[in-house]
Amino acid sequence: MIRFILLQNRQGKTRLAKYYVPLEESEKHKVEYEVHRLVVNRDPKFTNFVEFRTHKVIYRRYAGLFFSLCVDITDNELAYLECIHLFVEILDHFFSNVCELDLVFNFHKVYLILDEFILAGELQETSKRAIIERMGELEKQE
Amino acid sequence: MNPFSSGTRLRDMIRAIRACKTAAEERAVVRKECAAIRAAISENDQDYRHRNLAKLMFIHMLGYPTHFGQMECLKLIASADFPEKRIGYLGLMLLLDERQEVLMLVTNSLKQDLNHSNQFIVGLALCALGNICSAEMARDLAPEVERLLQSRDPNIKKKAALCSIRIIRKVPDLAENFMGPAAGLLKEKHHGVLIAGVQLCTDLCKASTEALQYLRKNCTDGSIRILRDVSNSPYAPEYDISGITDPFLHIRVLKLMRMLGQGDADASEYMNDILAQVATKTESNKNAGNAILYECVETIMGIEATSGLRVLAINILGRFLSNRDNNIRYVALNMLMKAFTVDPQAVQRHRSTILECVKDSDASIRKRALELVYLLVNETNVQPLTKELIDYLEVSEQEFKEDLTAKICSIIEKYSPDKLWYIDQMLKVLSEAGNYVKDDVWHALIVVVSNASDLQGYTVRSLYRALQSSPEQESLVRVAVWCIGEYGEMLVNNVGVLDGEGPITVTESDAVDVVEAALRHHSSDITTRAMSLISLLKLSSRFPPTTERIREIITHEKSSLLLELQQRSIEFHAIIQKHQNIKSSLLERMPVLDESTYVRKKVGSSDAAFSADKTGQRVSSGTPVSIPNGVAKQQAAPLVDLLDLSSDDVPVASSSATDFLNDLLGVDLPSQSSSGVVSTGTTDLLMDLLSIGTSPAQNDLLSPDNHTSSVATSGKIPSVSSPPSVKGVALETKSPHASGPSPVLDLLDGLSDMSFSAENPTFPSITAFQSNSLKITFTFTKQPGKPQVTQIKASFTNMSSNTYTDFLFQAAVPKFVQLHLDPASSNILPASGNGSITQTLSVTNTQLGQKALAMRIRIAYKVNNQDMLEQGQVNNFPQGL
Repeated sequence: MIRFILLQNRQGKTRLAKYYVPLEESEKHKVEYEVHRLVVNRDPKFTNFVEFRTHKVIYRRYAGLFFSLCVDITDNELAYLECIHLFVEILDHFFSNVCELDLVFNFHKVYLILDEFILAGELQETSKRAIIERMGELEKQE
Repeated sequence: MNPFSSGTRLRDMIRAIRACKTAAEERAVVRKECAAIRAAISENDQDYRHRNLAKLMFIHMLGYPTHFGQMECLKLIASADFPEKRIGYLGLMLLLDERQEVLMLVTNSLKQDLNHSNQFIVGLALCALGNICSAEMARDLAPEVERLLQSRDPNIKKKAALCSIRIIRKVPDLAENFMGPAAGLLKEKHHGVLIAGVQLCTDLCKASTEALQYLRKNCTDGSIRILRDVSNSPYAPEYDISGITDPFLHIRVLKLMRMLGQGDADASEYMNDILAQVATKTESNKNAGNAILYECVETIMGIEATSGLRVLAINILGRFLSNRDNNIRYVALNMLMKAFTVDPQAVQRHRSTILECVKDSDASIRKRALELVYLLVNETNVQPLTKELIDYLEVSEQEFKEDLTAKICSIIEKYSPDKLWYIDQMLKVLSEAGNYVKDDVWHALIVVVSNASDLQGYTVRSLYRALQSSPEQESLVRVAVWCIGEYGEMLVNNVGVLDGEGPITVTESDAVDVVEAALRHHSSDITTRAMSLISLLKLSSRFPPTTERIREIITHEKSSLLLELQQRSIEFHAIIQKHQNIKSSLLERMPVLDESTYVRKKVGSSDAAFSADKTGQRVSSGTPVSIPNGVAKQQAAPLVDLLDLSSDDVPVASSSATDFLNDLLGVDLPSQSSSGVVSTGTTDLLMDLLSIGTSPAQNDLLSPDNHTSSVATSGKIPSVSSPPSVKGVALETKSPHASGPSPVLDLLDGLSDMSFSAENPTFPSITAFQSNSLKITFTFTKQPGKPQVTQIKASFTNMSSNTYTDFLFQAAVPKFVQLHLDPASSNILPASGNGSITQTLSVTNTQLGQKALAMRIRIAYKVNNQDMLEQGQVNNFPQGL
């Protein structure tokens, strides 16, 4: 199960933080700080997995952005790595060539896309097209 | 109106915040925005409510407090508009979580939205419920979610399935309601629904055994079919990831099959074919394929697979292990840990590769590999493996050394084939990473050395050599200093030279040099210094010519700022200066430390009491407690201090001469009592020896740990008799009270009592204490020739109608009075004056005639298991006591 998803830039600014387990606000800030510290200086040749407290952080870097998923210790690391990539592809498709600024100004849309992709800490939809279409339908409702 | 169309103020606010150059500027902007939003909230502004909430979400993401916006979410959710609802739910998920009370207010809105005719609104509600629902909400809304599982819209269906996962995680009792619909979901074609359904089934299996059995019966075929369909499906662009159709579905369904097949031979049997197909046919040149293979291997290991299939799985892991991609190597190591329980031999084959992984530059890989190596070690391969690990210790990164050292030490202790090898390896580790070695590890080494009489010479010489090259490794220094102190003459005289041991010439003054260096070294901590000091003292007896020099070193330490060292130096100086005649017996070699006691102690070392009476326990290992006999009275005090010096659990000298009395009597004192013995000095010991069976508390009789009065306690409550800490003990030994003569006198009194019973003056009895529930009377007897000493017989009567249990009488007297309590006749006091408890107190008034006796008393007991406490002061003692 995914415990939380973080999207941070290299300076450690949080661009998206989604928690599927309840945490205190102060604890969330601590977690964000610690995860950033863990991933930001790792050698790109190293594994994309870091043990974090009693869980595991699966992270992947895209330009200046770090996508980190905190998952259970027994979860399939490679699958979540693929999962991050799929999410990035969806964002890329949706914003056509996504960059950090898109995510800043449209943070609420990023959350909405995420809600179509992952729910209750589990994968909801694996088809890029289905998610993009769904987003289109939702936009039409507004 | 769309709150997010360009030109609205959300965008402006983000721009303004981004334009800030300093954190202070940013705070100012945020403060201003928050003030405006609060104002809008208090005016109940409706037009901009959703925009304000969107801004709050951004502010929240920056880490500022936004709790004041929580109610706004609820208002937006309650509105009829889709866009407002959407922002409301988004805010709900971001700003609130399941623990907030406010969330209870939203249950009703959620219920309405779950029943809404607009499927998009139902979707929003399901999403919010799935992400933040609490146990109460789960119970309230489970029927709605269950109904939505039957919906025809796949979007609703998959969301409802995932929502159900959250519900049964919160309330596992609800699992049974969901088994039927969940099994139905596996027949769907839509991948989103399938993947959600498969996950729901997996979670149901975890939540309840009943569900597991149901699903095993109804879904095994279904899951196999899903896997077959997806792995055989032709190219499907919508789900394609690097040439594989929907690897995510593959992985989820493999996981479900693992749950279903675990411990069930029939279900596993059905799965063999398809698992073999996936394991052999899946492309392994891309991450997606490897992810499937990895999951497949785990499933094969998890279920009752055929041995052929297991070989296939282990081979896949072998391939993974030699992969150049670190991620793949990491998962291989991870999985080999699980495979080890299934097939240790197969894992052993990859030993050398795994060992290489321990040396990887990536900490994640190293950590996994080290865990795995630790599993792989056995009697046959321990030697080469340890060598490899120790070699690596030299070059490993600082932050990895602690883990590595702990594992190596554990391996050496567990599998060492003989003592020589053990000592050799430990010395290597100590020289390489002595600063990372835990205390119990080098303590164990000392115990082993102490037991290996034929290796002591070799060990001390090796340590001497190691010390030359690694003087910075704290625990190496400690062990070396201890061994040199104990076995110094073996170092100098080359006793017990082993084959192949290089020649070494060490003079007596060389040996003193290294210990002095350890004492003086800037990085040595107090324990190392204290050990060095003892070692020097011992060397002064081993090497008489160096005595003068050692005396000088010790003299120098007399001015140490560390109290402990200063005190020891003064004592040791006194031994060297004034007690030449007993020095050699005092400084004899430590008796052999008992290994089994040590192991036991190590196991129990987590006890809280442990730190308090380390000394007593340590000394009691090997030989029974060394109790100085009466003859050695004068020397006993320094000896006691010697024992005390082991404030860090160091085995120290005990004079064998003093053991005999103890051995003779064969007294087996409990360790707690023994520590009390060590603490309070000679005279007590004697008393204690002779009054076996009295509670250990009485050992504290003479320890003046109270400034105004000395308190004596009797009774069987262990907490009262807990021994003072080692530090406190050391001080007490110095204090003049400790050598007080009274207990000895008491003992003699007991003897003289019989012959001189005639001329006792008599005193009237008094009622010392009376309350509604309790009466205490004192009767007095004096012994002839001892006017200062009074025996008081206290008698307790219960006036109430309830029986008192756990009765405990305590008394305190002024400083000039010494008090001794004997055990009470009972600790149960019957009701209504139906019998009484008696207890004898012995009081010595050192200022008889000048000051009158006074006593403060405290009585604790239980009535119907309720703790009661009474206290009072006794001032009406007769004259002349």
